[in-house]
Amino acid sequence: MIADLFSVTVLVGILASGIRLATPYLYAAIGETFGQKSGVLNLGVEGQMLLGAFAAFYVTLTTGNLWLGVLTAMLVGALMGLAMAYVTVNLQAQQGISGIGFYLFGLGMSDLLFQKLMGTVETVKGFPKIYFPGLSDIPGIGEIFFNHNILVYGAYLLVPIAWFVLNKTTLGLKIRSVGENPDAADSLGVNVARIRYFTIILGGTLSGMAGASLSIALLNVFQQNMTSGLGFIAVALVYFGAWRPIGVLGGALLFSMINSLQLWVQVLNIPIPSEIAVMMPYVLTILVLVATVSRVRAPSALTKPFEREN
Amino acid sequence: MSDNLEVHPVYCLEIGVTTSAMKKVFQSEWFSRLVDGLLPVFATLAALLVGAVMLLFLKVNPIEAYKALWDGAFGTSNAFAETLVKATPLLLVALGICISFRGDVINIGGEGQMIVGALLATWVGLTFTSLPGWLVIVLAMLAGFVGGAIWGGIPGVLKAYFRVNEILSTVMMNAIAVQLMNFLLRDAMIDPAQAERASKIPQTARLLDAFQLPRLVPTRLHLGALIAVILAILVYILLWRTTLGYRIRAVGQNPHASRYAGIKVPRYIVLALLLSGAFAGLAGATQVFGVNYRMITDGSSSGFTGSAGFNGIVAALFGQLHPLWSIPASILFGALLVGANSMQRVVQVPSALITALNGLVVVFVVSSEIWRQRRQRRRLAAAGQDGESPLLINDEKLQPAEKTS
Repeated sequence: MIADLFSVTVLVGILASGIRLATPYLYAAIGETFGQKSGVLNLGVEGQMLLGAFAAFYVTLTTGNLWLGVLTAMLVGALMGLAMAYVTVNLQAQQGISGIGFYLFGLGMSDLLFQKLMGTVETVKGFPKIYFPGLSDIPGIGEIFFNHNILVYGAYLLVPIAWFVLNKTTLGLKIRSVGENPDAADSLGVNVARIRYFTIILGGTLSGMAGASLSIALLNVFQQNMTSGLGFIAVALVYFGAWRPIGVLGGALLFSMINSLQLWVQVLNIPIPSEIAVMMPYVLTILVLVATVSRVRAPSALTKPFEREN
Repeated sequence: MSDNLEVHPVYCLEIGVTTSAMKKVFQSEWFSRLVDGLLPVFATLAALLVGAVMLLFLKVNPIEAYKALWDGAFGTSNAFAETLVKATPLLLVALGICISFRGDVINIGGEGQMIVGALLATWVGLTFTSLPGWLVIVLAMLAGFVGGAIWGGIPGVLKAYFRVNEILSTVMMNAIAVQLMNFLLRDAMIDPAQAERASKIPQTARLLDAFQLPRLVPTRLHLGALIAVILAILVYILLWRTTLGYRIRAVGQNPHASRYAGIKVPRYIVLALLLSGAFAGLAGATQVFGVNYRMITDGSSSGFTGSAGFNGIVAALFGQLHPLWSIPASILFGALLVGANSMQRVVQVPSALITALNGLVVVFVVSSEIWRQRRQRRRLAAAGQDGESPLLINDEKLQPAEKTS
């Protein structure tokens, strides 16, 4: 039965769903990368994703318009980001703990709205797969790379964009300087508060998008606590990826590939207890954190509120 | 006092009172401490106010809803006992959080630590069936303590020696613990009766009656509540009356200075997480031996813990990371949890509302810290001292108002 894993069909299946499953991690983790690069740890990603997932699903269910769903999810995420920014920038609250607060809020709120507005689990017709003439028909390759919906491609497109913005633009330079040495950035005329507001709201928007990608593009369903820890893993992926978009991409792919492998192990009835299989990605994340984190340095001002000296 | 007025004109402006008598009251040490102490209460009221607006949107009368909540939590002696039953794991987790957060170690792994503590304690209870009841209870509580300590100690070692962020590792350890629980309850630890049935409900056998934590009064209130309160006092002593506690707090406030002072910083980081986990593990053990008398899983962690691993953090923050103040804080959040169920029954508002409000309380409490810090800085500036580090929270109790009567 183990041999079943190595048939071509299964390998293609594993790779294809691995690429698909990386989508929510990418949106959320790239957004979090911006926040952390500017010195703000947002632990509320999971809550933003849950509210985003619900908003996207509910709007799609009632209006039938998928893009309106995505937009609402982004807006909800942005609003959560705005609140987070006010609390961490203006009120200089402890970032880790306030993030947990926002997580609990999103967890409870999405559940409450779900029970009040829907009550039962329903499904929607999510984003359709894009058909690339010629490319999608290539055996294997087509299934792996050219058989996904638009939000999946959007997530991968985000990686080079994030890299470019962070490394090749003035905005990116400002973001990095605010995260490394806010005092120096401030004395050079960079508005620290404004930059952090921008990155946190951007992070929230992308987390909302990550939620939408789950509820109306990958699973096409909303359930209470449907992210089940996905948002926290996205935060871990930022450390894992050493605060670089390309590293985040690597981490997201590795994590989702192992997840996908784990799903196929269950589908094929391979005699590994499913609990142990589900456990593996988490164990692996810890091990990789051990292997990588001690070699790279976090942005110096990460989790430190900035206060102007008088 | 008049000196103070001249030195800090901004202070007067902010308060905006005119009579000098009132100025005196507002500027006095005790008033400012009183406000500090009441900040969490204001934060809760603010959260409840937001909740009221949300209830209005749901077309529910907030007064009716909150009355149902109050009655559900305090209405009868049974209700109050239920509140205390819910408060027990919150307090135990909160005690651990007091230790770790004081050491500037953010332990989010309460859920997983509760589960592993409960698993080990349950194993003791199901294995040593020929031992006397009291001995098994003692051993099981110790097992819970050890189980949680292991699950907290691993992220501790990872943080101290491999610089792995403890927030992330504890979250991962939560996910691993859930799967470990599901695996063991479906396999090695499954109730033999269930193993023969087709349904195979993932639960352990029931503990012998002799192994159950004694109940205190004819309600579901059990000895665990008393243990938790005694431990709160012990944790207070540990943190402020022992070298170990002093060092954990010193490392939390200033790791660099601590290192120069000769404290082995990594060791105290590990200890802070290990102890924190141990208390959560004990919380898990008391849940099994005092409430459910067996372990059963619905596949999620909150199915077993009731999210006490998270809500305990809320309670500890609310109690300003002080073990003794965590007692009333835990009772408050226990009441909210019990009341939420009755609210769901009476006015059909999902209890998820309370989860959302708990989140708001956390946000409001950490946000209100800034006012406390500003006042503290002003006080210290007046006394000609340096400012303190942000995570430092008052050691002293609230000063009573006796002096000014």
